[in-house]
Amino acid sequence: MTNVQQPEITMVDYGLSNIFSVRHAFEHFGASVVVTDDPAQVLAARALVLPGVGAFRDGMAGLTRLGLVEPLCRKAAEGTPLLGICLGMQMLFDASEEFGSYRGLGLIPGRVVKIPGVDADGNPQRVPHIRWDPLYPAGGHPDFSGTALRGVTPGQECYFIHSYEAKPQNPADCLAETVYGGRRICAVARRGSVLGTQFHPEKSGPVGLSIIQNYLALCGQ
Amino acid sequence: MATTNKKIRLVARLDVKDDHLVKGIQLEGLRKLGDPNGFAKEYYEQGIDELLYVDIVASLYNRNNLSGIVRKTVEDVYIPVCVGGGLRSTEDVRHILSMGADKVAVNTAAIKRPALITEIANAFGSQCMVLSIQAKKSRTQPGKWEAYYDNGRAHSGYDVVEWAKRGVALGAGEILLMSVDCEGLQRGMDLDLIRAVTGAVNVPVICGGGVGCAEDIVDAANAGADAVATAAVLHYKKAAVPELKAAIRSGGVEVR
Repeated sequence: MTNVQQPEITMVDYGLSNIFSVRHAFEHFGASVVVTDDPAQVLAARALVLPGVGAFRDGMAGLTRLGLVEPLCRKAAEGTPLLGICLGMQMLFDASEEFGSYRGLGLIPGRVVKIPGVDADGNPQRVPHIRWDPLYPAGGHPDFSGTALRGVTPGQECYFIHSYEAKPQNPADCLAETVYGGRRICAVARRGSVLGTQFHPEKSGPVGLSIIQNYLALCGQ
Repeated sequence: MATTNKKIRLVARLDVKDDHLVKGIQLEGLRKLGDPNGFAKEYYEQGIDELLYVDIVASLYNRNNLSGIVRKTVEDVYIPVCVGGGLRSTEDVRHILSMGADKVAVNTAAIKRPALITEIANAFGSQCMVLSIQAKKSRTQPGKWEAYYDNGRAHSGYDVVEWAKRGVALGAGEILLMSVDCEGLQRGMDLDLIRAVTGAVNVPVICGGGVGCAEDIVDAANAGADAVATAAVLHYKKAAVPELKAAIRSGGVEVR
């Protein structure tokens, strides 16, 4: 651990997240973490993390009820680093088809759709997608250098657990993809200072931890 | 893009009684093996994909006693941790999740009150709600299995395949299927059981009971298992995780 002052991470708790593991993984690298549902604290944040498991509808309902939608959008527009994990990543997009149609934060153009119950060959496949699956560069990126995935070797695996997947409208917004049932799934989305991982970096062993460490380094810049 | 080979997760199952890692045969004759945290950390460092903690006496005492162990484990283990045993309500689930668990395996309480499956799925998401099924071959109906609870002591009368389907319909995002007949014997898994359940549901199925070597895991994967839980092979150091995984790969099944 270096002596440079570690950045403060503001973790958004909207009542639907398993904050514990994400918080612990950040603290592992010496970050000071503030967990909050207060819009004022979000507006004051130097770097944000939006975790989340569960349903899109409930997640957005939580953010809306707590008055966090507008602060999160404003911070993203100002260029404050924002990392969404799993459901937190999906909520960065325009909308989800989960339980009908629900609006997201609209920070990355695109939609969130159900993972099909059949694979590319038409055979039944399991949903949720619960597996360790590899990360490959996408969106025209030849590798992960210069990104939050730097140091990750293409093909290294992370832990996915999800029934819905994000479909970025702009292919360049997809930084990494994985493959499930012969189809590509967006694993990491990035647009400006907004980053989202479909997998759980905090549950993906040393590879996941390196991504958290990279994000912290980006926040410190 | 061609569909790839079958890929599985390798899960270390840690049965706990009174702060000790234990192992029995067909859930009986328990032996104490040591500090569960030590085993958990070692398996993580060796590259296990997931941990499954089960408090095997919890449903008898009506409480899960694993909070402290889970809390300590997640201090330095950064992979998914599933916890089972004695969880009876969304409050019990909330508590163990707040200790660092990622998902819960529920058996007894779900058999006694199936609506609990839906309550947990609604509160924490389906991905958190693992329906744990202890299957024993039916004595009266050949080719059928019955769901047991209270750690294999009590029989529910539920047909395992029907119960698995119902559990998924109620909101379970994953099934943990254990063969009580094969458990601890290390002589291979009940492949007919694995075929029957994985063919009947569309969610991932973690299969356990009977793993004695990597070949048994390959057989289970080919029978439809999405993940395989193993205990004795690892606990008794018959094989370490890396050699087990290498042997699984040579058997034509992918694993991280």
